[in-house]
Amino acid sequence: MSTVIYAMYDDDHVLLEGAKKVIAKGTKVQDVFSPFPIHGIDDVIGVKKTRLAICAFIYGLTGMSLALIGMRYFMIIDWPMNIGGKPNFSMLQNLPAFIPVTFEFTVFCTAHGMAITYFLRNKTLPGMKAKNPDPRTTDDKFVMEIHVDESKEAETIALLKETGAIEINKKAA
Amino acid sequence: MHHVEADIREPLILGNKTYHQITEDVCAPVEGKAGKMWYMVFSLAALLALWGVGCIFYTVGVGIGVWGLNKTVDWAWDITNFVWWVGIGHAGTLISAVLLLFRQRWRMAINRSAEAMTIFAVIMAALFPLLHMGRIWMAYWVLPLPNQFGSLWVNFNSPLLWDVFAISTYFSVSLVFWYIGLIPDFATIRDRAVKPMAKKAYSIMAFGWTGSAKHWNRFEEVSLVLAGLATPLVFSVHSIVSMDFATSVIPGWHTTIFPPYFVAGAVFSGFAMVCTLMLVMRKVLHLEDYILVKHIEYMNIIIMLTGSMVGVAYLSELFISWYSGVEYEGYAFMNRATGWYWWSYAAMMTCNVISPQLMWVKKWRRNLTFTFILSIIVNIGMWFERFVIIVTSIHRDYVPSSWNLFHPTFVDMGLFLGTIGIFFVLYLLYARVFPVLALNEVKTILRTTGEAQLKQLRAGEHISVSEGSKH
Repeated sequence: MSTVIYAMYDDDHVLLEGAKKVIAKGTKVQDVFSPFPIHGIDDVIGVKKTRLAICAFIYGLTGMSLALIGMRYFMIIDWPMNIGGKPNFSMLQNLPAFIPVTFEFTVFCTAHGMAITYFLRNKTLPGMKAKNPDPRTTDDKFVMEIHVDESKEAETIALLKETGAIEINKKAA
Repeated sequence: MHHVEADIREPLILGNKTYHQITEDVCAPVEGKAGKMWYMVFSLAALLALWGVGCIFYTVGVGIGVWGLNKTVDWAWDITNFVWWVGIGHAGTLISAVLLLFRQRWRMAINRSAEAMTIFAVIMAALFPLLHMGRIWMAYWVLPLPNQFGSLWVNFNSPLLWDVFAISTYFSVSLVFWYIGLIPDFATIRDRAVKPMAKKAYSIMAFGWTGSAKHWNRFEEVSLVLAGLATPLVFSVHSIVSMDFATSVIPGWHTTIFPPYFVAGAVFSGFAMVCTLMLVMRKVLHLEDYILVKHIEYMNIIIMLTGSMVGVAYLSELFISWYSGVEYEGYAFMNRATGWYWWSYAAMMTCNVISPQLMWVKKWRRNLTFTFILSIIVNIGMWFERFVIIVTSIHRDYVPSSWNLFHPTFVDMGLFLGTIGIFFVLYLLYARVFPVLALNEVKTILRTTGEAQLKQLRAGEHISVSEGSKH
């Protein structure tokens, strides 16, 4: 049987040091809840680097391609028009005029594609319920969530108290 | 990790604050009742806004003939107001995005409100190109949608179309950037809320934010990428707006200096508007410990810098109008300085060239009253700059038989004042419902820039960020 332990701290640096000690003992830290990002926590508890930026790049490439292919079709192939004598016999000749729209559309697709992916991956969408274990973690408290086997519960709690946790809560897994 | 702060660094957060105190200070205006001042200003703004909405309906219902435009001066207050509002909007993005990339921690006290200003300013800006179409119900014609006219496509060679993409992108990306940053702060209010209606509302607005390490991991990445995207957006959007004029053949418009000149001018007027808003807001919402004289001074330095760039652009334009030997260009500037609209040119030169130079004096740029008055003067000057560029150039261009004057009608004026009213209505509502300061972001710099914390750091004591911290 395993239990879930929530160790609360009131100082982010103290939690960081505490997390390092817990990890050193071989216990896995499931998650850390805080009102702001704690710098350094990701490497300590093993949060993998997010691939959102790579997604954003791909969305950007898509946007850029759509814009260029679109404008080539609209302005060079389907209905080319003589606008002030500007050369439009090939895409390359007319390309300078198409750069602003290409750029804007690329940024548009990058930003919105990434934002939607961000909301979906975070599972934060309008109407979703909050899953932070304690409402004080959006104010000034920091909570470490640890899953341990019942047998290790007591020693883990002792270690956490040693590292400076101000409050320990637990529940059955 | 032994952190060092140079001795010359002043605190960015005054007083003896803890993380909890920051939450309390910023949530107080949201959770408390509005003062009499809020109601008074809101009523005034609402009246103006109502008048503006009336003018909008009148314009759409009766037609552009209710404006003072004529065949010669076919763009006047409408496009002046458009460029003025878009320019103002740019400061918000610059503060959030560019200052993030430059790791300027002082941005955190003002970025939330500056971005709100951007959103509302861009909404006001967008009204004008939409209204000036006349047949606003056909506004969707600017989009490249397949249609029954042979599929008649939009003209991608035209800056007027580039504007459609630029402004839509700028508005939507700014909105997304602003909202993503707001979510953790909405979660704070949600978790503190006692009244059931407030709790439900902020729960929906907070999207279920938990503040877990992975959430923050993604949050930081998204903020960085959005900042990196928004920065070129600021420069490209106002450059594209400037191309509305620069790609024409009109003397006084057809000049390559416009893109950098307009962007500098936008940052100039935008920061002035941020100063105007922040100086009032910090007093009314009791945020004097967060929005410091330091912030105002830094903004004034940017106003001084960009104002100088605008001044140099004015002088270059004047010089080139003579040096080029193009008689039409020469006349355009002679006319600006000495013609029918000389007074608007004088207003522009005084407000925009002289006023930012006053910021070289340290005592003045750290004076809040002086800053407030100057920020309004700058915005008046920047309105006149757009008016001068647009109206004085086209009222007398190549063909003297077409020369004509422009006189605004009550609708032109009503629309402009109306947008100021709508802007303030939106801003005042924002100040009551949204946390006006990025409260959770500011907590990240308390340890290294808080007044009490800096004293502890420099004395070698333990730095305390929460009450009862015994470690």
